[in-house]
Amino acid sequence: MAVSNTVRERERAATIAIRGLTKTFGKGDRAVEAVRGIDLDVEAGETFGFLGPNGAGKSTTIKMLCTLADPTAGSATVAGHDVVSERDEVRRHIGLVFQETTLDTYLTAEQNLRFHAELYGVPRSELGARLDEVLAMVGLDERRGDLVQTFSGGMKRRLEIARGLLHSPRVLFLDEPTIGLDPQTRASIWDYLSELHRREDITVFVTTHYMDEAEHCDRIAIMDEGRIVALDTPEALKAGIGEDRVRIQTDDDAVAIRQLSERFDIEATTVGVDGGGKAVSFGVPGGEQFVPRLFGGLDVPIRSVTVTRPSLDDVFLSYTGRTIRDAEAATRPAPPWVRR
Amino acid sequence: MAATTTARIAQVRLPTTGIRHQLRATSVVWRRELVRFSRDRTRMLTGLVQPLLFLFVLGTGLSSLVARGTDLDFRTFLYPGIVAISVLFTATFAGISLVWDREWGFLREMMVAPVSRSSILVGKAFGGATVATAQSLVMLALCGVVGIPYNPVMLIEMVVLLYLAGLMLTSMSLAMVVRIKQFQSAFPLVQMIITPMMFLSGAMFPLSGLPRWLDILTTLNPLTYAVEPMRHVVFSHLDLSPTDQATLDPGLTWGDWPVPVLVQVGVVIVTTVGLLLIAIARFDRTE
Repeated sequence: MAVSNTVRERERAATIAIRGLTKTFGKGDRAVEAVRGIDLDVEAGETFGFLGPNGAGKSTTIKMLCTLADPTAGSATVAGHDVVSERDEVRRHIGLVFQETTLDTYLTAEQNLRFHAELYGVPRSELGARLDEVLAMVGLDERRGDLVQTFSGGMKRRLEIARGLLHSPRVLFLDEPTIGLDPQTRASIWDYLSELHRREDITVFVTTHYMDEAEHCDRIAIMDEGRIVALDTPEALKAGIGEDRVRIQTDDDAVAIRQLSERFDIEATTVGVDGGGKAVSFGVPGGEQFVPRLFGGLDVPIRSVTVTRPSLDDVFLSYTGRTIRDAEAATRPAPPWVRR
Repeated sequence: MAATTTARIAQVRLPTTGIRHQLRATSVVWRRELVRFSRDRTRMLTGLVQPLLFLFVLGTGLSSLVARGTDLDFRTFLYPGIVAISVLFTATFAGISLVWDREWGFLREMMVAPVSRSSILVGKAFGGATVATAQSLVMLALCGVVGIPYNPVMLIEMVVLLYLAGLMLTSMSLAMVVRIKQFQSAFPLVQMIITPMMFLSGAMFPLSGLPRWLDILTTLNPLTYAVEPMRHVVFSHLDLSPTDQATLDPGLTWGDWPVPVLVQVGVVIVTTVGLLLIAIARFDRTE
C-alpha cells in the first residue's frame, strides 16, 4: 500500500464508516442503551481490534455492521454500502465468523464450503481453485473430506475462517474468534489471521476481550458501556499511559530509593520479587532511555534491571478506571428479579 | 490468476443477485437435506417403524373384526392411508429440522447470506418433501405383501401424490416451528397437530357413513385431500365389487357434490402455497 497517500485520501477509503451508531433494547423505563452513539472509521487493509469486557456493546455493534440488527439511530457503511438500505450488497462483501460455531457437523469440511459458495453465488468456474486456496490457507486441505463432527474446536474455527473468506469479502468480521479455545490454539488462530493478511487484500474487524490478542491489531478501539473510550494503535495507547515500569535490584535499596527521589525526583517503592528478595520499583517515561542514566546517577551497585512496557490491561485501566476483570464482573447480567 | 509463491490469492467475483442466484441457494439447501438424510441411517429406519406397526400389527389385529361383508383384506384397505401417514411423520419431522438448524447455529449461516429468506425456506420445504418421499418408497415397495399388484402407472402416480403430500406437510411443519427457538418445544407442538390430523384424514377408516361432526372435521383436514387421491389410485388397480368400492372408497363430497380427484390434488397444492407463504411471512420477521 502506498505510503504517500494523504490522510484525507485514506479517510475516503474507509472500508467501514460509522456515524452516531446507537442501539437501544426495550422501551421506556426498561430501555437499555447497548451502543451509545459511536463514530469510527476503519481503513481498507487494516486489522482492527474491538476490545472491551463482555456486555460492552461489541457484539451489538458487529451485528449492526453485519446487517443482523438494525440501528436505533445513526448510520454505518461497510465496503461503501449502507447497512440498512443495502443489506444484500453489504452481505456480499463481508465474511463472518461468529462466537458460536455455525457449521453443519453432519457435512464434510468441503461440503460446508460448497454450501456457502452456492449461497453466496460464487461462480462455479472459479470455485475449485478458491476452495483449494482457502483450505490450504487454514491448513485443512487434507481433512477436506472428513465430517466436521470429527474436528477439534480449533479446526472448526479455522474452517469457519476459510468459509468466511471463500467469497473474497472486502471485510472479514470475527466476533470473539478465539473464545473458548486453549491458549495454544488461540495463538495459532492469530497466526492464520496474520498470514491471511499477508495474502489477501482484506480488512479484518475483530472483537476480543483478551487484551493480549489486541497486540496483533493495527489499531484498536476500546469499548466500555456502549461507548468508544480509546482509539489508536496499541503502541500509541500504551505510550499514552506514559510510564514504563522499571525494577532494579541493588545492594542497598534504601539508599537507592533516597537517591532516586533526590536526584531524579522519582517516587520508588520496594516490592517483593519471585523467588524471594526485594526489588526497587518505579514508573518512568521511556524506561529504556532512562536505564543508562540510572547507572551514572546512583552510587549503590545495581545487580539487575527490568523494564516493562505498560500492557493493554493498564491501558484499559487508565481509560475506564477499572481492570477488565472487574468490568466483566460488573456487567454480568443481573437475574430478572433484581431491580437495578 | 492462480496464486504463485508470493502473489495474492485468486479473488472470486460475485455476480449481481438475481433469480439464478436465488435458485442456486434454494437448490443447495434442498441438496443439504438429502445429504443429511443419506447419512442418517437411524432416521431412515425409525421413520419406518411406526407405519409398519400400523400396517401389520394394527391392520392384522383389526382385520378379523372388520373383514365381515367383504373379500378385501383390511390391510389392503389400510395400505394407502398408512403410506400417507409415513409421509406425514417424515415430512413434519423434516420441517422441525429448521429448529434443529437454529439451535445448532447453522441457520445463522443461511440467514446472513445475501439471499432472500424465502429461497432458504422453499429449499427446506422441497428438501423435506424429497426426503419424505424417498422414505415412503420403502412402504411403496411393500404393496405386493398386502395384495396390491406392482403396476408401474400406479407406482408413478403414487410417487407424485406422495411428493405433493410431503411438500404440504413440510410446509405446514415449517409454518408452525419457524419462530421456535428450542427443539424440545417444537416437537410436542407438531405432535399435537399431526395426531388428530392422522385420525381425521380417513387414513384409518373409510369416509362413508360418518357422523356429521366427524364428516365436517375430515372435510376440513387438508391431509384428507392427500389421502383420498392415493386411495383412489390404489383401488382403481384392484378388482373390487361395486359394493366394496362404494363402502371402502366412497370418495369425498362437498355437500352433495362429489369432489373430483384432480380438485382434491388442487386443494393440496393451494394449501401448500398458503402454508409456505405463512411460513415465509413469519420467517421474515424473526431475528
